[in-house]
Amino acid sequence: MDETSIPRLATGVRLRHDAARGRWVVLAPERVVVPDETAVDVLRRVDGAASVTAIVDALAGEYDAPAEQIRRDVLELLVDLEQRGLIAV
Amino acid sequence: MSAPEPPMGLLAELTHRCPLGCPYCSNPVELTRAGAELDTATWLRVIDEAAELGVLQLHLSGGEPAVRPDLAAITARAAERGIYTNLITAGVLLDEAGIAELREAGLEHVQLSVQDSRAAQADAIGGYAGGHAKKRAFAEAVRAAGLPLTVNAVVHRQNLDRLSGIIELALGMGADRLEIAHAQYHGWAYANRAALMPTRAQVDDAVATVEAARYRLEGVMAIDHVLPDYDARYPKACMGGWGRRILVVTPAGRVLPCHAAETIPELTVETVRDRPLAAIWNDGPAFERFRGTAWMPEPCRSCERRAIDFGGCRCQALALTGDAANTDPACTLSPYHDRLRALAEQDAAGGTGCFVYRGYAAQPRRGAVPGT
Repeated sequence: MDETSIPRLATGVRLRHDAARGRWVVLAPERVVVPDETAVDVLRRVDGAASVTAIVDALAGEYDAPAEQIRRDVLELLVDLEQRGLIAV
Repeated sequence: MSAPEPPMGLLAELTHRCPLGCPYCSNPVELTRAGAELDTATWLRVIDEAAELGVLQLHLSGGEPAVRPDLAAITARAAERGIYTNLITAGVLLDEAGIAELREAGLEHVQLSVQDSRAAQADAIGGYAGGHAKKRAFAEAVRAAGLPLTVNAVVHRQNLDRLSGIIELALGMGADRLEIAHAQYHGWAYANRAALMPTRAQVDDAVATVEAARYRLEGVMAIDHVLPDYDARYPKACMGGWGRRILVVTPAGRVLPCHAAETIPELTVETVRDRPLAAIWNDGPAFERFRGTAWMPEPCRSCERRAIDFGGCRCQALALTGDAANTDPACTLSPYHDRLRALAEQDAAGGTGCFVYRGYAAQPRRGAVPGT
């Protein structure tokens, strides 16, 4: 996973809004993961088309933080999600 | 009293009919006949009610759910409601077209059972000739359809010596995950425990085998290992806690906190015809009976793990201590724990390889696993 990678949700993984509990959830085989707010922001942009750079750029327009810090945080988060089998590249 | 958190999952036992006869089946010993099963319209209503209630995942199970001609319709309704659908199947009734139809209906994950690593032994355990070969073909069809696959292997004394082979089988099937689940000794498995109970050495070997395989297969295939209750220090939180995460609807529409809960006679079980699913979940007497921690006697009541394992399995407590409210004897803190250990050792040394297949038959069908 680097800035040129194009992440997608892993096979059998889906992000959806859970109206009953008022939060977003990641549905996967035999598990439900509740992502934190930042992870939701990133996951909503993981569509199998946008590169990591594109995701970082989109978030830079929304977050009041230095671009370099956003880049680091997003990459770290994506690596973690990949290790947990929720996204793939 | 405030309403409980909504359930995450619904285990829909669409039918008890199954071509296989696994001697450790988790279905009740008294199986529901086809004529008593819920009809399609009722199942669709149950799915709608589950979605309203906040259910996120639907586990389509049985028996063999593919026995039902309305499996695709039920899957489609769940998918329309945003519910994640998981098919739990023996894989002997669905061909490539069948799995493609379910994929089209919105199916998102398949869990396939295997009985052993080798055909002769697997078919003997399932009591179904040719089943193993059909499962291999089915796994291929699942992969061809682009669906993620979990292989589930229930392990016991008759197949644990081939655990490495089972891991290789799952790998060869292209599984993303392998669940190795030691048989839970109630219902059919309780009746067959003298043939199924593993030896302590087998369990120790299994732990080592799984550890080594996990390391070797990291990033290729995830392996979940559910350890046997009888060898554990603390019990498992049955169903993630009674009335806490999952509800079960049986083929006849009975709504249960656990698929084995019908073995507890004191429970007042409601059906989907009596009240909406949400009402049954929120304050139904069967769910309230063991929900939370207030019902607990000692040693659970003052235990720091009471909200971790919720006292373990109620059905096992009843079967082995005579009282469903007792601490699960799998717990080392239970006064019945030594008795459970002694029983397990006695069963493991039992010497018999003969078991009774699950089934409707008034005249039970017996089986044994051939040597390799």
